Amino acid sequence: MAEPAVIEVENLSKHYGPVRAVDGVSFTIVRGATCALLGGNGAGKTTTIAMLLGLLLPTGGQIRILGEDVPRHRQRVLPRMNFSSPYVDLPQRLTVAENLTVYARLYGVRRVRERLAALGRDLDIDVFFKRPYGSLSAGQKTRVALAKALLNEPEILLLDEPTASLDPDTADRMRRILTDYQRQSGATLVLASHNMSEVERLCDQVIMLRAGRIVATGAPRELIHRYGRKDMEEVFLDIARGIQSGEVVE
Amino acid sequence: MNGISARRIGALALRYLYLLRSSRIRVIELAYWPTVQMILWGFITRYLASHSDVLNRATGLLLSGVLLWDILFRSQLGLSVVFFEELHARNLAQLLISPLQPIELIIALMAISLVRTVLGVGIAVLLAIPFYGFNLFSLGLPLAGFFLNLLLMGWAIGLLVSALVLRYGMGAESIAWAAIFALAPLCGIYYPVATLPAWLHPLAWALPASHVFEGMRAVLLDHTFRLDYMLHALLLNVGYLGLGIGVFLATVQQARERGSLLQSGE
Repeated sequence: MAEPAVIEVENLSKHYGPVRAVDGVSFTIVRGATCALLGGNGAGKTTTIAMLLGLLLPTGGQIRILGEDVPRHRQRVLPRMNFSSPYVDLPQRLTVAENLTVYARLYGVRRVRERLAALGRDLDIDVFFKRPYGSLSAGQKTRVALAKALLNEPEILLLDEPTASLDPDTADRMRRILTDYQRQSGATLVLASHNMSEVERLCDQVIMLRAGRIVATGAPRELIHRYGRKDMEEVFLDIARGIQSGEVVE
Repeated sequence: MNGISARRIGALALRYLYLLRSSRIRVIELAYWPTVQMILWGFITRYLASHSDVLNRATGLLLSGVLLWDILFRSQLGLSVVFFEELHARNLAQLLISPLQPIELIIALMAISLVRTVLGVGIAVLLAIPFYGFNLFSLGLPLAGFFLNLLLMGWAIGLLVSALVLRYGMGAESIAWAAIFALAPLCGIYYPVATLPAWLHPLAWALPASHVFEGMRAVLLDHTFRLDYMLHALLLNVGYLGLGIGVFLATVQQARERGSLLQSGE
């Protein structure tokens, strides 16, 4: 039996005056899928993610997550989602443990200490629990941000550049943590990434955006085959540069 | 709208208490300015008491004024400066994608403003007893009403200033410091509203603080409690606080439309 859709986006758009940051985008993501939103700078990835989170109000279209209309009932969905991005920070002066405690309480996590201890072990961040967040390296911050995103064991996890600024070893470990988490929880992952090997390894669905519109969708292997390229890196370059146009999804 | 959650408000208040705890300098700074003001005005009172009939009748007039004024100033600053911390820390987007509702953010800001005001002004109030033999608590029960009204007015201004900064960016931060001082001459902290030119009277009476300071003078000079001043101040505060909350919530909503929440910061 097919998995139910947990994210349904229909004709979504965001306009800033004459600029169409997102322009009539429609897609569906089923439970347990890992979907990548890809595209060059300004393609509309972050805008789309911000609208999925309810942080940005759409100009038009519909977003339903876990059966709820996000712009109208985001408060019902947010406890079941989470988000991590290196471009959104946590308070610098608070220690890692304090930051995670505050967010655990905001998300209504029941056994805060046990949850923090488990995440500390899994993400190898317990050694700097007592250090101010601002004193951590970029890679350490990314791991703490991921811990924050996993606090409430979200059914839907949105990740913006999940392994940016991590060394290859740590990035590989993070990817393993994400796939383990997904396997255990059945969560749906949506990520924006510029790392194409990561996309090939993690994702079973890709949505390619260009100038606010979807220009191609499919599994990574399908896209590689359709574009006649050897990997996603080349497919990405083709689409981002508009050298070879993909199918336009209505 | 979903119900307001005490747990989420508590969680955010905890974040602000962690922040306060993280720096002893900040705690000292909270009490520093109210104490300096109290010491300065205490000496001025001592000097003027020998030259002024009014101050002879009520030596605590200036000190009460300066301490009550600090309640207003600290409550406004306690709310807006803590909100600016969220912008500086680029944490506002994180908060607004959590289940926290904007109204809960406002309540948590009010709670931490209360803590900061009590800490800051409380120390100056206690030090005034050994320094000048002046006890603000001698105002009696009306002090609770004065405190509440000044706190509410401070929150209303703090929310309006925070909304301005959210709308126009951190460049507008200096308004947080300037806004309340623009109102100070109209509030009649050290002199009755009647001292102001007649054309300024309507403006002065439109401020809750003017009613509080007139009420304070009535207690100290005439030994009477003017309930009418208290009720006027309360009524005005209900209006201003409602306006402050409404403008803040509308500005958050507008920021959602404009997409500025992801970029909020320095």
